[in-house]
Amino acid sequence: MARHPMTGNEMSSEAESRLERHHYDVVIVGAGGAGLRAAIAAHEAGAHTAIVCKSLLGKAHTVMAEGGIAAAMGNRWPEDNWEVHFRDTMRGGKMLNNWRMAQLHAQEAPERVQELEDWGALFDRTEDGLISQRDFGGHKYARLAHVGDRTGLEMIRTLQQRAVALGIDVFMECTITDLLKAAGTDEEGPIAGAFGYWRETGRFVVFEAPSVILATGGIGKAYKVTSNSWEYTGDGHALALRAGASLINMEFVQFHPTGMVWPPSVKGLLVTESVRGDGGILKNSEGKRFMFDYIPEFFKAETADSEEEADRWYDDKKNNRRPPELLPRDEVARAINSEIKAGRGTPHGGIYLDIASRRDADFIRKRLPSMYHQFKELADVDITAEPMEIGPTCHYVMGGVEVDPDTEATSITGLYAVGECSGGMHGSNRLGGNSLSDLLVFGSRAGAAAAAYVSGLDVLPKADEHAVQAGERRAVAAFTGSGEGGENPYTIQHDLQQAMNDLVGIIRTSSELEESLSSIEALKERAKAMAVEGHRQYNPGWHLALDLRNMLLVSECIAKAALERQESRGGHTRDDFPGPDPEWGAKNLVLRLNAAGTGVDLTHQPLPVMPDDLKSYFEE
Amino acid sequence: MGYDLKMRIWRGDQSGGDLQDYTVEVSEGEVVLDAIHRLQATQSGDLAVRWNCKAGKCGSCSAEINGRPRLLCMTRLSDFDQTETITVTPMRAFPVIRDLVTDVSFNYEKARELPSFQPQPRDADGKRRMMQVDVERGQEFRKCIECFLCQDTCHVVRDHEDNKPAFAGPRFFLRYAELDMHPLDTHDRRALAQDAAGLGMCNITKCCTEVCPEGIRITDNAIIPMKERVVDRKFDPLVWLGSKIGVRNRDNDGRTDPRDPD
Repeated sequence: MARHPMTGNEMSSEAESRLERHHYDVVIVGAGGAGLRAAIAAHEAGAHTAIVCKSLLGKAHTVMAEGGIAAAMGNRWPEDNWEVHFRDTMRGGKMLNNWRMAQLHAQEAPERVQELEDWGALFDRTEDGLISQRDFGGHKYARLAHVGDRTGLEMIRTLQQRAVALGIDVFMECTITDLLKAAGTDEEGPIAGAFGYWRETGRFVVFEAPSVILATGGIGKAYKVTSNSWEYTGDGHALALRAGASLINMEFVQFHPTGMVWPPSVKGLLVTESVRGDGGILKNSEGKRFMFDYIPEFFKAETADSEEEADRWYDDKKNNRRPPELLPRDEVARAINSEIKAGRGTPHGGIYLDIASRRDADFIRKRLPSMYHQFKELADVDITAEPMEIGPTCHYVMGGVEVDPDTEATSITGLYAVGECSGGMHGSNRLGGNSLSDLLVFGSRAGAAAAAYVSGLDVLPKADEHAVQAGERRAVAAFTGSGEGGENPYTIQHDLQQAMNDLVGIIRTSSELEESLSSIEALKERAKAMAVEGHRQYNPGWHLALDLRNMLLVSECIAKAALERQESRGGHTRDDFPGPDPEWGAKNLVLRLNAAGTGVDLTHQPLPVMPDDLKSYFEE
Repeated sequence: MGYDLKMRIWRGDQSGGDLQDYTVEVSEGEVVLDAIHRLQATQSGDLAVRWNCKAGKCGSCSAEINGRPRLLCMTRLSDFDQTETITVTPMRAFPVIRDLVTDVSFNYEKARELPSFQPQPRDADGKRRMMQVDVERGQEFRKCIECFLCQDTCHVVRDHEDNKPAFAGPRFFLRYAELDMHPLDTHDRRALAQDAAGLGMCNITKCCTEVCPEGIRITDNAIIPMKERVVDRKFDPLVWLGSKIGVRNRDNDGRTDPRDPD
């Protein structure tokens, strides 16, 4: 196979003439935990599989996951089982989760974790030599398989090494900008491939494939204060919408309670929940352990109401209730936000997360090595000696592509979605640790389902060549379209992030959400006249211009759904509708691309009804 | 608080390039990557640089700062005098693609050459058992974020391009050591590390350990023990004697060389 003279990228024989083309059974967009696990499953099911990712292999955001993988293996607490995990997950999501996804997730996570060990993962151990499990918010038992506080790195490296060992083709630093539908079909027609460009060279590439699995992660880069990297621009969400699929639950955005607040350079950078799982507590500027003031009715029966009980829980879980610091993330983030707004914040506008006064230095360095390193190197703070200053940061989107729970198939034949870019599993709020297990369980299912779909096809759908040409024209528009006077994509991104942060943040209200929608419309207009300097070879300005198209569309989805849902639930808090409403609790908001293709339409849809035998888990 | 930082950044591609001068406003607590991002946003939108997590966890933003291999996101401006000019160049051991971005595919090719983990079967209850003390050696090596700074600094390839085919480099000696020390692995990779990966070419100058942003003791904990184990296998007189008088070398228990036909 020919190699590109400069980048060393492999090219097909057609590449030197004009357009590079590849043929696969299954193409996976994204190489985080979900994409890699899907690729392994598709390959093992016999499909000719490719992974296409925007960064180098092994750099996706899974690498940033710190705490662990939630799975009811019962290694620490034999009482733990899938039913308990299922119940915790549904309650954490305020019962808006797709019950079937939550069930499959809880049932299959233990085997998916043990599989990682077959492939070389080295988890921390219990005294008996089993995989150790740690405490996390919202989980009744210590349930998170972990490796210190770098579990995500262990997981992505294990999956990466497995994919390499299997010889799966990987197209690194390659961005998919459009999905290709079969020629001669309407909007409902099946998937026939994907179109994109090599970031290194700017050359276009076509993947002809009857099935595409979206595993592109989240949307965090639409917000100013975020734990997400440049890659998280809602690509999968937007690709699915434009291909005719639907999104659900987009109003639910998780703000992680503990992001760094100082120095400005690292504002938003994640501080793992394990700090609290391992004994850390939250204090305001008056030194008060304030979480006891914020225990909601819904969790009162299972949360400690005194510091003494909370502290006893770490050693005796049977006779004591959980500390309020380990409530689900939405509750903790709101509480922190209220304390800061009430003027009890730290000098840098956060609150204190203190483990130094609670655990000895050796324990902290052993259990939280990368937190120790991160604060030492980036903030000159020794977390074994002084408290951390932290505040909420945009971390995760619960909403995503609507999928069939068993196969992760979207409404478009041949198109699948997994991981953060899919929706339903986590309802209105995700529990910590349930993301890594989500990637494994549904990645595996999607890979197998996509391979099965392809093996049953007699005739492969042929990609629409007009769409390829349209994709090429659209991609270079920022170079040729506006020319003089066009706006810099960095400025538009900055203004979008500011608007989303200020108007569609943790606490929302009708007037601000309306304002956000008009801001987004104005930004869409400005983006039409965007101009990019330089040429197509590894040009970050151009890459951002292309990603912005997705970011704007997904931001509109979030704002529109947030304005529509007139209640507060999980990762959606309305100042003007402060409580949950059972009527709203029975439905999802669904978003589809509008007829003109310029924005999104919203509809209401009843939630799938849980069977009676599962309902019994929620009767006290 | 804020001040104007003088920077020199290598701009160019495979056909050539040079250092260009910039002045950019920076503020307290920032890192070199912040300064580069501000340059992108305000002066030079097409300045090419790799980055992802901006927290020292993904190993994307490797480059050379004042000639020293570093992560751009973990190098704080406060480490330099405010009047000092900071020079940023791409990693020297790899071909330039553009500006600060290099073609690191060498590393991905070497990763493909390495025989993967081959575990013993699971225990009867479907689980695996390993003791914490036994996994900790491997865990140190699995902290590796694949920034490839050790590969960049290793003079075996940095100054000798022709060594690349026969030399996997420190990052992969780490991987060999990790698998070799894995309590459940069944392969003996010592001969392979020596022959195919070029472990013998390393003369333990510890440059790799010095640049590792994760503080992994690559030379002391991975390379030297691997070298010793390779030597044991080859020359250890006790092993030789043992094999003559029928004493089993326990070092080979449960392991087979993946190159052996059976």
